[in-house]
Amino acid sequence: MDITVNILMTIATAATPLLIAAIGELVVERSGVLNLGVEGMMVMGTIGGFGAAYLTGNPWIGLFAGIALGALFSLLFAVMTLSLATNQVATGLSLTILGLGLSGMMGTNFVGLPGERLPNLYIPVLTDIPVIGRLLFGQDPIFYLSIVLVIAVAWFLFRTRTGLTLRSIGDSHTSAHALGIQVIRYRYLAVIFGGACAGLAGAHLSLVYTPQWVENMTAGRGWIALALVVFASWRPLRVLAGAYIFGAVWIGQLHAQAFGIPVPSQFLSSLPYLATIVVLVLISRNKRLTMMNTPASLGQPFVPDR
Amino acid sequence: MRLELVKRPQRSMLFSMLSPFIAFALTIIAGAIMFAFLGVNPATALFTYFISPITEVWQIHELAIKAAPLILIAVGLSICYRANIWNIGAEGQFVFGAIIGSIVPVLYPELQGPFVLPMMLLMGMVGGALYAGIPAFLKARFGTNEILTSLMLVYVAQLFLDWMVRGPWRDPKGFNFPQTVQFNSSAVLPELMPMSGRANLGFVFALIAAVLVWFMMSRMLKGFEVRVLGSSPRAGRFAGFSLNRMVFFAFMLSGALAGLAGISEVSGAIGQLQPSISPGYGFTAIIVAFLGRLNPLGIVAAGLVLGLTYLGGEAAQSVLGISDKVARVFQGMLLFFVLGCDTLIHYRIRLVGLGASKPQVAAKLEEAR
Repeated sequence: MDITVNILMTIATAATPLLIAAIGELVVERSGVLNLGVEGMMVMGTIGGFGAAYLTGNPWIGLFAGIALGALFSLLFAVMTLSLATNQVATGLSLTILGLGLSGMMGTNFVGLPGERLPNLYIPVLTDIPVIGRLLFGQDPIFYLSIVLVIAVAWFLFRTRTGLTLRSIGDSHTSAHALGIQVIRYRYLAVIFGGACAGLAGAHLSLVYTPQWVENMTAGRGWIALALVVFASWRPLRVLAGAYIFGAVWIGQLHAQAFGIPVPSQFLSSLPYLATIVVLVLISRNKRLTMMNTPASLGQPFVPDR
Repeated sequence: MRLELVKRPQRSMLFSMLSPFIAFALTIIAGAIMFAFLGVNPATALFTYFISPITEVWQIHELAIKAAPLILIAVGLSICYRANIWNIGAEGQFVFGAIIGSIVPVLYPELQGPFVLPMMLLMGMVGGALYAGIPAFLKARFGTNEILTSLMLVYVAQLFLDWMVRGPWRDPKGFNFPQTVQFNSSAVLPELMPMSGRANLGFVFALIAAVLVWFMMSRMLKGFEVRVLGSSPRAGRFAGFSLNRMVFFAFMLSGALAGLAGISEVSGAIGQLQPSISPGYGFTAIIVAFLGRLNPLGIVAAGLVLGLTYLGGEAAQSVLGISDKVARVFQGMLLFFVLGCDTLIHYRIRLVGLGASKPQVAAKLEEAR
């Protein structure tokens, strides 16, 4: 029983960064902007989180530093694609390249140092309930934040007027502009929100998942988060489901490696990436589902005519 | 205050020529600021980074070695990007091409003769093309997003290489190091001028590929097809061009070139397979493609510039004691500035004060009357 609980807890820990990064990117894409720089913003979050926590000795400060760095980094993307109308795909790629380089440079002196870990929640009586106690009341604080985030985003996008406006911008920026909506301003806010989420996801990696800093420690999670948004056909609750499936694959292959099953570890390590491809193929075969939900002006630059 | 873009009636030829140079100048300035932050004298640092790596003849050879794979890959990618097809998995095609190309020298190390090398190069190209064919097939058949699939395949290829050199292909006499046998002399790419440096035939391949692709893109129907489908798929359809066929063509051609770059790197600069055979050439080539304006001849120049950033990174590490990750930072900044400057080709940029907007509205209303 204890093993099952432990496995479920590690799956949640593996799924949380994917979930947070993907839910942030979902909001960005719903506003019609394709930010391929998730990996770069996320890796900036890992170094921001680890660095600030190490220097101050306080993981909470690290958490905020990670969020801030991710948001700041996304601002760079926003200025380029929104104010200067550059190609979003190429700009996102350069954000990733720059992020991997900058974080590697900033982190040279942090490699191999012991990190600070965010403590798990502990509520005296509740957490001690067998089995469900730890699952419900004994996880790390960011896990709870991620669940709140999904519900909040789902509510915001589909139950508020501002959310409706945001989605309308994603579907047709010209019509939204003609109605007097400040397209660029909304998109700036969406991109920065996405950056903050990616930064938080990165900070989770270096403050909870493995409290240390290694170069490129995101290991493609930013890209998997991007794939999750497509897989979820831009629906927040489906992102939640998708993130947990991928968390299970990620943990499953780690456990398989630990049990020493007679398959080369490299094959097991490649499973999350192969699973991403399979899932993308399955979802894109369903044309109706993807066509209906894809924000129609996704990735197209917008220059308001005045 | 805010930025306002005003569409130019025509694309500006002036900025079309100037923008890579402006971008490079801005990168130098930003780099100087970064070095100052790191506590190094910017002038010394920039000299170490950009000038000192190319002051001697053997260093020019090293530059050619770094630039060759970048140019080969970027020339292929430029076809994809012109066709609005986003192959960003060239790193994986590079690795897979290197593995397939190495089959002969690893499994038949005693095989000698003039046919060995051409066979390896051909197999490398086929390997890269087939690996690029996977995302192409998935896009053409199921409409799967090629950006994500081609990128995921990079991780898969790297893990596959890691397994090969640690497992089935490990050199039994290699003291358990994760590497294959050293290629024999007829499986090694010849050096161009062995007297003065290490530069090998790979650089010649890069130049030939650049000229051939330039010819195709500017003088052949196929190049026209690429450009039409890229700028307007609908118009392309009416002209009888097939987008699905173009997806295969662009992916597999760029994959073949990346595979050629991979096997050239392994048989030239390295001489055997190792767990890691590329310092991110496949990703840096994306920057090369854009810096070269997606024009094969521009890409040759851009490849030399980006090759220099690798050498500069090594120099910065050994002379200044800065992490060689500084190379990646320079590369990222360069792409940012290139993309930003490209805006100037199509738009005029105006800074508008917030207070100024009201009189402007009044003036517009006046005009309308």
